[in-house]
Amino acid sequence: MDSAISEQRQTLSSTADNGLKIVVVGGFGVGKTTLVRSVSEIRPLNTEETMSQAGEGIDDTVGVAAKTATTVAFDFGRISLDAHNVLYLFGAPGQERFWFLWDRLFSGTLGAVVLVDTRRIADSWYAVDRLEHHGTPFVVACNDFGGRAHTAAEIREALDLGDEIPLVFCDARSRESSKQVLISLVEHLKNVVAADPENGPRPIPEPAP
Amino acid sequence: MSSRVRPGRDDSPDRLYTLTGGRSGTGSTSFDVVTLVVAESDPVPGMQSEHAAILRMCRFPTAVVEVAAGLGLPVSITKILLSDLHDTGRISARHPRPASYRLPDHDILEQVLVGLRNL
Repeated sequence: MDSAISEQRQTLSSTADNGLKIVVVGGFGVGKTTLVRSVSEIRPLNTEETMSQAGEGIDDTVGVAAKTATTVAFDFGRISLDAHNVLYLFGAPGQERFWFLWDRLFSGTLGAVVLVDTRRIADSWYAVDRLEHHGTPFVVACNDFGGRAHTAAEIREALDLGDEIPLVFCDARSRESSKQVLISLVEHLKNVVAADPENGPRPIPEPAP
Repeated sequence: MSSRVRPGRDDSPDRLYTLTGGRSGTGSTSFDVVTLVVAESDPVPGMQSEHAAILRMCRFPTAVVEVAAGLGLPVSITKILLSDLHDTGRISARHPRPASYRLPDHDILEQVLVGLRNL
């Protein structure tokens, strides 16, 4: 098994020392893995995270602690950007239980792409809401499934999307198109960083009492 | 999906505790999912098989998620196994450069942009 895996694996440069992440969030079947595959230098891999919530309390007289596990599977791909920086792209489900693991898995993410199927826009409401809540910068990318063409204004209204959040159309099967989605996210991030007042000179912290 | 039993996925959660010797935390080292792991030694006879597999996998820098996918184990369990190896000096860890603030550094974003445009 190990040899089969290592044969398929392309190794990173030995100088690689800075992992970066971008998360692609979207509903089932919206094309997250397709987009990741389009730009990844490796075949997308799948892994999972489990969060167990063991029952607490040593005085639990029942004796059997209730144990519930939340398991979320996600795909990821990889792009070697230069000799040092490696970008990992995570395709993550948008459903409710996933967000419990967001901080553990994706804290420090550069930003997120919300991938939308315009035939099922409602599937993306929750993701947009959670990203806004987390303060994670994101762009919305509409994957073209060849249905009735919606205008950007219609989609913005349906998602209640602020004017400052970029909305792009893409074909997740296309490497060039998927690459443009990522570029639009990074361009947006640059704007967010430039506009952030707290990113400027920071005040001298108050001495502790 | 393959039909082979995937440890950690198709087993009961109790097996995961056995793999990690009952621990659920990683002690001092804090591995990110994209921390790059590099083996500093070869596997030795008698080593726990998961530890040996990690050392074989990480001859070149390999992210924690790639290790988890290779082992077929959840990320949190993988981190515990990695911290064992880190504590004994068998791997080194290249952690992501922390942003000076909650938003990414402008310089890093520029580098990402250049890299993406060159794809």
